[in-house]
Amino acid sequence: MLRRVLALAIKELLAVLKDPKSRLVLVGPPIFQLLIFGYGATYDLNHVPFAVYDEDPSQPSRELLARFEGAPAFQEVARLRSDAEVARAIDRGQALMVLHIDRRFSRDLLRGMPGRVQFILDGRNSNTALLAMGYANTIVADFDSWWASRHGWGKPPVTLDIRARFNENLESRWFIVPGIAALLTEVVGLLVTALSVAREREAGTFDQLLITPMRPIDILLGKSIPGILIGSLEATLTFVVAVFWFGVPFQGGLAALYLGLFVFLLSVIGIGLMVSALSVTQQQALLGAFLFLVPSVILSGFATPIANMPALVQRVTYLNPMRYFLVVARSVFLEGGSARSLIPQYWPMATIAVVSLALAGWLFRRRLY
Amino acid sequence: MRLRGLLRKESLQILRDPSSIAIAFVMPVVLLFIFGYGVSLDARRVPLALVVEQPNRDTASFVAGFFQSPYFVPVPFATVQDADAAMEEHLVDGIVWLRSDFSRQMLSQGNAPVGVIVNGVDANNARLIEGYLQQVWADWLAKFAATKGIPLKTAVRVDVRVWFNPAVRSKDFLIPGLIGVIMTLTGALLTAMVVAREWERGTMESLLVTPADIHEIVLSKLLPYFVLGMGGMLLSVSMAVWLFGVPLRGSLWLLLVASSAFLLCALGMGLLISAVSKNQFVAGEIAILVTFLPAFILSGFVFDIRSMPLAVQLITHIVAARYLVRILQSVFLAGNVWPIVLPNLFGLAALASIFLALARRSARKSLE
Repeated sequence: MLRRVLALAIKELLAVLKDPKSRLVLVGPPIFQLLIFGYGATYDLNHVPFAVYDEDPSQPSRELLARFEGAPAFQEVARLRSDAEVARAIDRGQALMVLHIDRRFSRDLLRGMPGRVQFILDGRNSNTALLAMGYANTIVADFDSWWASRHGWGKPPVTLDIRARFNENLESRWFIVPGIAALLTEVVGLLVTALSVAREREAGTFDQLLITPMRPIDILLGKSIPGILIGSLEATLTFVVAVFWFGVPFQGGLAALYLGLFVFLLSVIGIGLMVSALSVTQQQALLGAFLFLVPSVILSGFATPIANMPALVQRVTYLNPMRYFLVVARSVFLEGGSARSLIPQYWPMATIAVVSLALAGWLFRRRLY
Repeated sequence: MRLRGLLRKESLQILRDPSSIAIAFVMPVVLLFIFGYGVSLDARRVPLALVVEQPNRDTASFVAGFFQSPYFVPVPFATVQDADAAMEEHLVDGIVWLRSDFSRQMLSQGNAPVGVIVNGVDANNARLIEGYLQQVWADWLAKFAATKGIPLKTAVRVDVRVWFNPAVRSKDFLIPGLIGVIMTLTGALLTAMVVAREWERGTMESLLVTPADIHEIVLSKLLPYFVLGMGGMLLSVSMAVWLFGVPLRGSLWLLLVASSAFLLCALGMGLLISAVSKNQFVAGEIAILVTFLPAFILSGFVFDIRSMPLAVQLITHIVAARYLVRILQSVFLAGNVWPIVLPNLFGLAALASIFLALARRSARKSLE
């Protein structure tokens, strides 16, 4: 039995790797994409273009503006002179934020009243708007405490001393890059398996495979092994790039990560084979793979948190293996998660793997007509 | 005349194979439905651990702000160790820690520091939570000053206006972008697979040896899918407006012009993929790799292109979805802003002609 499975696995591997186009598609793009996406997918703001509408050029307003100009998150692109110019700068996307300093800013300040400042933000990307507002508020708070100490106002009765744990500088790249590694692993695992049965079915060779002495479970194993091999190789490569190229810290243990990777790949391959066994043509298989892949990425917590989803959609995400593996990858990379603490993530993936693989094996036989 | 015959053949082929219709209509509806409800970046109801070591009137007044805030679900813990453990199990996203000398410091030194720890793994979420925390704190300061009858001494009072999306609903910006991502998928999938199948079966070559010239063949392949794609687009826009309540401030015809330019791009790319790969397996693999992930990550749909490094910003110019997403976000939320719409339409037109020209060339070359 072992020999038969091995022979089939080798045949499958060769089928994938012998075709130069398919080889190129499987090996090149994932690494290339990890690099581009690793740099591209970021929530950190750099050089936010902002414009200044200063109606009260004075010593205090210059002091405040200097703090904005000195901040790496902001870059001044224009000085505006009227409300109409403000509207134009925002409408055209020339500036993401306009800093409007009130006509009586310095007068109010010197009288001990708060000087008024307005932030006008482009809400077309509301997340960027919120982040820019947060950065700008920090700068203003800085100015506030500087002014207070210079004028001997004393401190407020309570101050917040905020620290971030696991990622002190709140680098969103540390959060996203392990996610991209998980994403690419899923894509590769799915690609290798989803079309494999459908292709043979279309060519008629699947029937030949079924009349060999191999049992469905042998076929199942033979078809899964290449996916696991290629998938874990690609995943290892992406982990290496994440740590050594992007400098993402690796706090946990390799065993916890690879145990998660193994069950994750099994569940993805199970789903891929199930899709493949269900479809008669390659086109249907591809459509099926897409219909699984796209929601599984968007509802995984990769870019938008699962906690923000409505309760019903959150329940749907329990069926999504990527949801669990993302927690494993991020926890091992950033929080130093151990295999024991990640058991709640492993067993749902294992369950999905067992169910989908069993269904796929069952469908192999049933679909003979 | 020949064109009409070819068009009839392609249309019949589509009608007899339900999978193209499924791609064009069912996929956008299902995806938009799931994502419309599923994606949101607004951190709502953050579970927050509260550790009050010595409860008294001062701490109660400070902590009350967290119970009233719509952003937090406070969970009291007795010690900071317990709260730490809860954060490690992902039960809470942050800890607010009032030490036992809170009141004493407030009285004697006029300032009591409050320790706040936020789980920074999801950096974007952590930043939003910090913003919400600061808001609760600032509200409390104002209320405290008012009850004590002392003026609140702050140097600057900030007034924030968010244009186009005053309530800062992340859905209003995500859903127009999603339409762009979904259109990328349907457009490229429609042609890539279908045409690759013809290459694989050799029927494409039979078509090429007929008297019909290459323009007619390309056109007859494009038109029926173009109609399907536009149908899917209209469906998505109506769902965005009527189901999800995204405001459409610009004009519908401008959206249609932009999406036709975009569909030409996507279909051209699909034709190119199928002409290059000539086999469904490889065409399918390429379609997944070059359409979905780039459209998802590099289009500006969630990740702002302006925050990317320059080299990556340059690469985004070959991602057609980037232009469409920018137009969609602007036309939906701001209106017909020509200085944004025109350059992006131009980008789409340029990309479409490049893809179509390449597809034509590679289709012809393979005959020799």
